[in-house]
Amino acid sequence: MKKITVNFTLNGDAVEVSCEPDKMLVDVLRENLFLTGTKIGCREGECGACTVIINGDAVNSCLIPAAKVMGKEIQTIEGVADKGKLHPIQAAFIEKGAVQCGFCAPGIIMSAKALLDKNRTPDRGEIREAIAGNICRCTGYVKIEDAIRHAVRVLNEKSARGGEK
Amino acid sequence: MWQKYLFPEDVKEAVSILSSSNGLARVIAGGTDLMLDIEGGRHVIEKLVDLSRIEELDQIREENGIIKIGANVTCTKVATSELIQRKAPALSQGARKLGSKQIRNIATIVGNVVRAQPAADTAVPLVALGAVVEVVSANGTRTMKILDTYGAGFAESNIDSTSELVTFLYVPAHGEQEGSAYVRLDKRKALSLPVLNVACKISLAGETIKAASIAMGPVGPGPRRAVDAENALAGSNTSAENIHSAAQLVRNQCDPRNSLVRGSKRYRVAVISELAERAILQAVACAKA
Repeated sequence: MKKITVNFTLNGDAVEVSCEPDKMLVDVLRENLFLTGTKIGCREGECGACTVIINGDAVNSCLIPAAKVMGKEIQTIEGVADKGKLHPIQAAFIEKGAVQCGFCAPGIIMSAKALLDKNRTPDRGEIREAIAGNICRCTGYVKIEDAIRHAVRVLNEKSARGGEK
Repeated sequence: MWQKYLFPEDVKEAVSILSSSNGLARVIAGGTDLMLDIEGGRHVIEKLVDLSRIEELDQIREENGIIKIGANVTCTKVATSELIQRKAPALSQGARKLGSKQIRNIATIVGNVVRAQPAADTAVPLVALGAVVEVVSANGTRTMKILDTYGAGFAESNIDSTSELVTFLYVPAHGEQEGSAYVRLDKRKALSLPVLNVACKISLAGETIKAASIAMGPVGPGPRRAVDAENALAGSNTSAENIHSAAQLVRNQCDPRNSLVRGSKRYRVAVISELAERAILQAVACAKA
C-alpha cells in the first residue's frame, strides 16, 4: 500500500511520519515513533489507556486515523515531564499511591492534564467527569482522585508563589 | 481498509469526491463509530472523506429562532455551548451523557444521527426538539426530519454516506415558556449504552400545556415519539396527576427487545413511564424557569 506523509507537532517538536494511510494514531505513536507510554487496552474507545491530548483536548488515539491529525498539536505522556522533572500530576500519582499495575496511569494522567490545563479549580464532579473514560482495574479510583486533587493544590500553590502558570 | 484519506476544502468538493467514487468513498466526521464499523467489516471503502477542514461546518449559530449546528460540531461543543444550554437544554444534556470525555471531544452530533443507533444520546433529544437535517448530494440539497432519516431496520440510516452528507442540523430554539429535558437510565454513568432514554419538550401558556413532544429510545429500530402521551398532555394543566397519567401512555408506542446489554423487555416497559414522568416534570420546570 502506498504510504502517506503526516506532519504534526508532538510534545512541542515538529515531526513527519511516513505510514500506511489507514494506520491509527496510537500505532503511529508506538510503532513509528517508539513512544510506548501510550497504551493499547481495548482498541475501541472504551478503556482510555490510549488517551493523548490533541489541540488541548483528551481523545482516544485508538479511534483516530493518523491521517486526521495532520497539522495538529499532540501531547503524549512522554511530553508531560519537563526535562526529567515530573509534572505535579505525575508526582502526585506517586505520592498518593495512585499507581498500582500502572497500565492505565499514562491515559489517566493525560485526561487529568487536559482538565487542569483548562481548569485550575475543578470540583470533585469535574474531576470524575474528566477521568470517567479511563478504566482502572486496580485502584478503585479513590487514590487517583486524591492524587488529582493534590496536584490541583500543588499547581495552585506554585502559581500563587509566582512560579509556573 | 482505506487507501486514501482526503480533506476536501468545501462541501461541493466533498460531494464531487463521493459522486466520482462509485460508492467506495465514505464521509468521516468524528469517526468514533465509523472506525469500529470499518474494523468490524461493515463497510468496504477505498477513500475516507474527512469534513474537518470545511470551516463552515464548525458553526453553532442562532438565526431567526433556529439553532444551526454544523457537521463538525462535537458533543463537547454542544454540551458546553451557552446558546444550546439556554435554548435547547435537552440536547445539551444528551450531548454531555454520550460516551466519555475523550469520545465527546471527537464525536459529532451529526454523526450520532447518521449512525442511526436507536438510543443515541443526542438523536433522541433532537427528535423531541423537532430538529431537521440538511442533506447535500450531487442531486442537490434536501431537508429531512430526524425521524425520517431512520430506515426500517436496526441501525439503518436513509442517509447514504457514500454519496451524500449532512451539512447542518436545524434545531428550533426555545421561546418564552418553552423548556426541555433529557433523562437516561444506565448501568454506569460513563461509557455505557442507555437502558432507556427519554427527551421531552414542553410549551406552556401559563399553567396549561400548549404542546408536548416526547421522544424515547431504544424501544424500536430508531427513536420513537410517544404520541398518545403527547396528545394527553396537550391542553391539560401542569398538575402532577395529569403528568403522571400521561406518562403511563408512553408504553403504547414502546416495543423494546429483550437485550442482554440493555435489559429485558418486561423490565424496560415497566420503567419507561417513570423516566417519561421525570422528563416531563423537568421540561415543565424548565419552561417555567
